[in-house]
Amino acid sequence: MNIALFLQMAAEACPDRRALTHNDRHYTYAELYAAAKRAAYHFSTANVQFVSLLDVSSPAVPIALMGAAMAGVPYVPLNYRLSEEQLTPLFERISPAYLIAGEGRHDYTFDGWIVQSAEDFLADSLNGEAMEVSWNEDPAAVAVQLFTSGTTGTPKAALLRHEHLVSYILGSVEFMGAMEEEAALVTVPPYHIAGISAVMSNIYACRQIVQLPNFDAAEWLRLCVNESVTSAFVVPTMLTRIIEELEHSTLDPRSLTSLQAIAYGGGKMPVPVIEKALQLFPEVNFTNAYGLTETSSTITLLAPEDHRAAIDHDDAAAHARLGSVGKPLPSVEIEIRDEDGKALGPWEAGEIYVRGPQVSGEYDGRSVLDTEGWFPTRDAGYLDDLGYLFLSGRADDVIVRGGENMSPGEIEDLLHQHPAILDAAAVGIPSEEWGEAVALAVVLARGQSISADEIKAHIREHLRSSRVPEVVHFTSELPYNETGKLLRRVVREWFKDEGH
Amino acid sequence: MCDAEVMIIKIGESENLTCGGVPMAENPGQAEGNPDQMHECLIGKRYVNADETIEVLCVKSGKGSLYYDGEELMTKDTKKLPSSD
Repeated sequence: MNIALFLQMAAEACPDRRALTHNDRHYTYAELYAAAKRAAYHFSTANVQFVSLLDVSSPAVPIALMGAAMAGVPYVPLNYRLSEEQLTPLFERISPAYLIAGEGRHDYTFDGWIVQSAEDFLADSLNGEAMEVSWNEDPAAVAVQLFTSGTTGTPKAALLRHEHLVSYILGSVEFMGAMEEEAALVTVPPYHIAGISAVMSNIYACRQIVQLPNFDAAEWLRLCVNESVTSAFVVPTMLTRIIEELEHSTLDPRSLTSLQAIAYGGGKMPVPVIEKALQLFPEVNFTNAYGLTETSSTITLLAPEDHRAAIDHDDAAAHARLGSVGKPLPSVEIEIRDEDGKALGPWEAGEIYVRGPQVSGEYDGRSVLDTEGWFPTRDAGYLDDLGYLFLSGRADDVIVRGGENMSPGEIEDLLHQHPAILDAAAVGIPSEEWGEAVALAVVLARGQSISADEIKAHIREHLRSSRVPEVVHFTSELPYNETGKLLRRVVREWFKDEGH
Repeated sequence: MCDAEVMIIKIGESENLTCGGVPMAENPGQAEGNPDQMHECLIGKRYVNADETIEVLCVKSGKGSLYYDGEELMTKDTKKLPSSD
């Protein structure tokens, strides 16, 4: 069991099909497979512990991922947005490595390392003699190591073994399930789990990947038209920007005739945004995917039928499901537990636990799975009576006011629907009286105004009075990371002198 | 004769897996297959027996068909999911 099998099979079944398009250049499966085998040869002769990549998306990404798997060396893509200060301790944890680095970052000189520009690495992989490579089939070997974003302290190294990734792909993707003309537009960065799964899923489906290294809404739309893109994955902020771009450009969304499917995930999607997207693209199949690094990507899906049911019918329950992340994949189990670890029933909110063959739940060789194989996600949520999962934020984000647990999502969802409010974040601040109180940061919609008292009155009217914020702070923008996750830690900092 | 290759996803106690009537092996020699057991196996398909004690993934197509303990394996129906990546 080795993820390199996916590329071997694609090259065996459709060698001449387009596998990848980058900067208008095309690569076939046969070319990609030959390149990965040459890369594997370079990696195995380099005598290193890791293969690392510090760059934006390029053809080097699938070649390095598959080459490293063939060479039996863990692949560690690093976040190219990190400062040198943040990178140094990570380098120490993957030494010695074969590092493929982007523009201006390939002048490192570390003992025992091989540091190469992405350009040189590509030239070496795409040219030269054909290599015959055989690989280790040990399912327990580490395929990919990803440093978590470290929003709370030191980044943790999440380990994904071949068995986890192979289970995920075999369980969710049909081999050669894509038609020859299908093309997936990939804009997620290579160091994110969605970037890894995009490479593997599309190769196994034999679907062409079109890479857009730096997301830009206008360029995204241009590529959709020019490369006849049929599917894409976006994070919520990308979808918001695509909608804005369409509203301000002369491009008619109906001219995106090739586009059949958009999947989204990576952060909480505001319901008004997805509603708008469904109106703008009535022919497109929307899928919401929820997953984590530690679970080898997607664990639950809200299918296109669910999206249609939500807008077509006057059924409140079906409509509410637009705010859910859907149902677990066939091989995945979900359980909601309270703080004492007791399993909860439908509609009862608690921490989300997940189990299945794709779930790794392992950091730096230390497993956090419980004795029965369940992984605590640290995400909070609940299931409805049909088994749809609803997220209500990180377990650590829950605000406890006077012994009452409240999820910031409940307040934010209400405010997202207010026409004067573009975005909102609720966090807990220390309160002598209540233990914690609600503080709210609000971004006004363009040309709109609403006072703090009006916001408080609006919340009091629609939610319980305990949800009314003690403090309201107006700001021009909320802090998000590049995959659309709200950085609550930063928002909390804004209020650090407000607690009492 | 037959070039089929499979990856074992799970297997029961018996290791009696044949393709085209010939035992499957890491480095097979040339062997004459059983003409009655040549209904092909196809790359990307998953094969199981009736009680699913064995499951294999065909990674290279071939003319022979797969048998486990004398029982012909059939393709496993998998639920088609929308692409989420």
